[in-house]
Amino acid sequence: MKYTVNEYGFYGDFGGAFIPEMLYHNVKELKDCYLNIIESEEFIKEYKQLLKDYVGRPTPLYFAKRLSEKYNSNIYLKREDLNHTGAHKVNNTVGQILLAKKMGKTRIIAETGAGQHGVATATVCALMDMPCIVYMGEIDIKRQAPNVARMKMLGAEVRAATSGSKTLKDATNEAIRDWIANPKDTYYLIGSVVGPHPYPDMVARFQSIISEEMKMQLEEKTGRNYPDKVIACVGGGSNAAGAFYHFLDNENVELIAVEADGLGVKTGKTAATTQIGTEGIIHGSKTILMQNSEGQITEPYSISAGLDYPGVGPLHAHLFKTGRGTFLGATDKEALAAAFELTKLEGIIPALESSHALAALGKLDLKPNECVVVNLSGRGDKDMETYMKSLPNPPNI
Amino acid sequence: MNRIKNTLEKYSSPSGRACPDVISGLGGALNVYLTAGFPKLNDTIEIVQELEKNGVDMVEIGMPFSDPLADGPTIQNSSEIAIKNGITLELIFQQIEEIRKTVTIPIILMGYYNQLLQFGVEDFVKKATNVGVDGLIIPDLPLDIYQKEYQALLEQYNLKMSFLITPQTTEERVLEIAKESTAFLYVVSSYAITGGKSGIEDYQTEYFKKVAGLSIQTPKLIGFGISNRETFEKACQYVEGAIIGSAFIKAIGKSENIKTTIKEFVESIK
Repeated sequence: MKYTVNEYGFYGDFGGAFIPEMLYHNVKELKDCYLNIIESEEFIKEYKQLLKDYVGRPTPLYFAKRLSEKYNSNIYLKREDLNHTGAHKVNNTVGQILLAKKMGKTRIIAETGAGQHGVATATVCALMDMPCIVYMGEIDIKRQAPNVARMKMLGAEVRAATSGSKTLKDATNEAIRDWIANPKDTYYLIGSVVGPHPYPDMVARFQSIISEEMKMQLEEKTGRNYPDKVIACVGGGSNAAGAFYHFLDNENVELIAVEADGLGVKTGKTAATTQIGTEGIIHGSKTILMQNSEGQITEPYSISAGLDYPGVGPLHAHLFKTGRGTFLGATDKEALAAAFELTKLEGIIPALESSHALAALGKLDLKPNECVVVNLSGRGDKDMETYMKSLPNPPNI
Repeated sequence: MNRIKNTLEKYSSPSGRACPDVISGLGGALNVYLTAGFPKLNDTIEIVQELEKNGVDMVEIGMPFSDPLADGPTIQNSSEIAIKNGITLELIFQQIEEIRKTVTIPIILMGYYNQLLQFGVEDFVKKATNVGVDGLIIPDLPLDIYQKEYQALLEQYNLKMSFLITPQTTEERVLEIAKESTAFLYVVSSYAITGGKSGIEDYQTEYFKKVAGLSIQTPKLIGFGISNRETFEKACQYVEGAIIGSAFIKAIGKSENIKTTIKEFVESIK
């Protein structure tokens, strides 16, 4: 496998574990046991059972007829929005909570930006009766009140990160500090394909259920077990990693990652990491990130809180650098237009994050005989306020 | 010239300090951490000068970073202020150049790997040596990457390195880390980030004893959780000295007169 992690935790030039000694033991403990546990028959059985009965998998691969007509192609939507808790995030939290239990951990911590990963973590902690602490930027707590309420109802303690920019990257810093201070009983449940090895690989494996199902569903629907194009949005990149995973080495499949351009790549108000970022280290991983010439990490911007991360996972940095992945961007406006378009044509309200992936359809030269899968990573319930705000002058569809 | 070695030698006894009962009134090296560019951009110079005047043995100058994983809120906050003040690596080197006109105690630079990567590691090492820096602490630079990519470079420029150990570091790894720590071995006192709990618990004393008993030549300094005379003296019962960071940043952050604050602070410790 050319595009999966090597034995040192690197994807080409990217990845690794650039962590202070205080985290060395924790990360090593995880690294030494994760593969043995998650590849064991017993684990796989339990994991798959929960995905089926609790999460509601497999999620449908839906042929979007009217959307296909509009773009004169064959467009399928991988319906991750139909998962329990409303997004792909739960695929990973179910996997990691089972792993944490098998490792004998008794306390779960997590970071969250928009709150989707926090909710998915709080959900599985309730399910497994484990205490859950979610670190969330003070600013995000204010702008994502419904998800904060969901986490609290699920029994999680939401702790405000008040340092730095008071957003996702600072919540991540706080969670890491908690882990340093509580090395024995605590499991740090990371929500994306970021952080030190083995997290990027582990989260990608848990999310790879998305492309595993796609293969079978495509075989059944089209007679061929791969598409011509897979499109997914990328913040840290967990849904894209899952949607690409089983096609990484199949060069017939074009892997299209869509970043959030925000107000536009040139405005500086953007989260298009690969477009304006450079190589460096963020949260223990060597990757591409947004930073100034001094190596200070800068603040991203996007209308979508889930794409508002100043880095991409090391796998995506590798796909970008090698050219294996095609990296596109969608602005706030383009994402909003795509959300309204899908709603109108297919009766599906997508999450703002997923709308960025949908917005790429208009940027590609799609062929009538092509098979295109868009990973619809989440549903739009959490974004209704933003959608409503743009309603008085709905974008032209 | 090896300022670090010369300084720490004064505090090492030939028999080591394996047992706290044999401490011989040696005292310990006081290493004070300050954030460059804090509280005001150019305070760095006066602070280091005053620390030396008041008998501090060495200083660790922090290069402010936006996402300092190994530091606690006090140091992170001071770093944010310093970055807002306009501190840059070039400015830090200029300040150290100025400091070195009068100051002779060892100067250690502490920062994060990404800062060096963006500056260019070789340029950084060259520049640091030229302005009179003695050693580096880069907590998120993995030992194996250091050995593979940078060890020869640092040796070439005679710049020393300090690596961290914690209560969870295995003995085998402690020995390897100690071997590579050409400045001193940085003994992280607890499961915490800087400026965490105060006071020293029993498990920490046990850990200090264990570290003191290791047959290694590398001098050792204890850091994290050292905030006052009591914790400083306790740490110095086992190793050559200790590092005070957050407690000093707090004091200097609310200081109205740098000279008086530093005099009072150092007197309260040593």
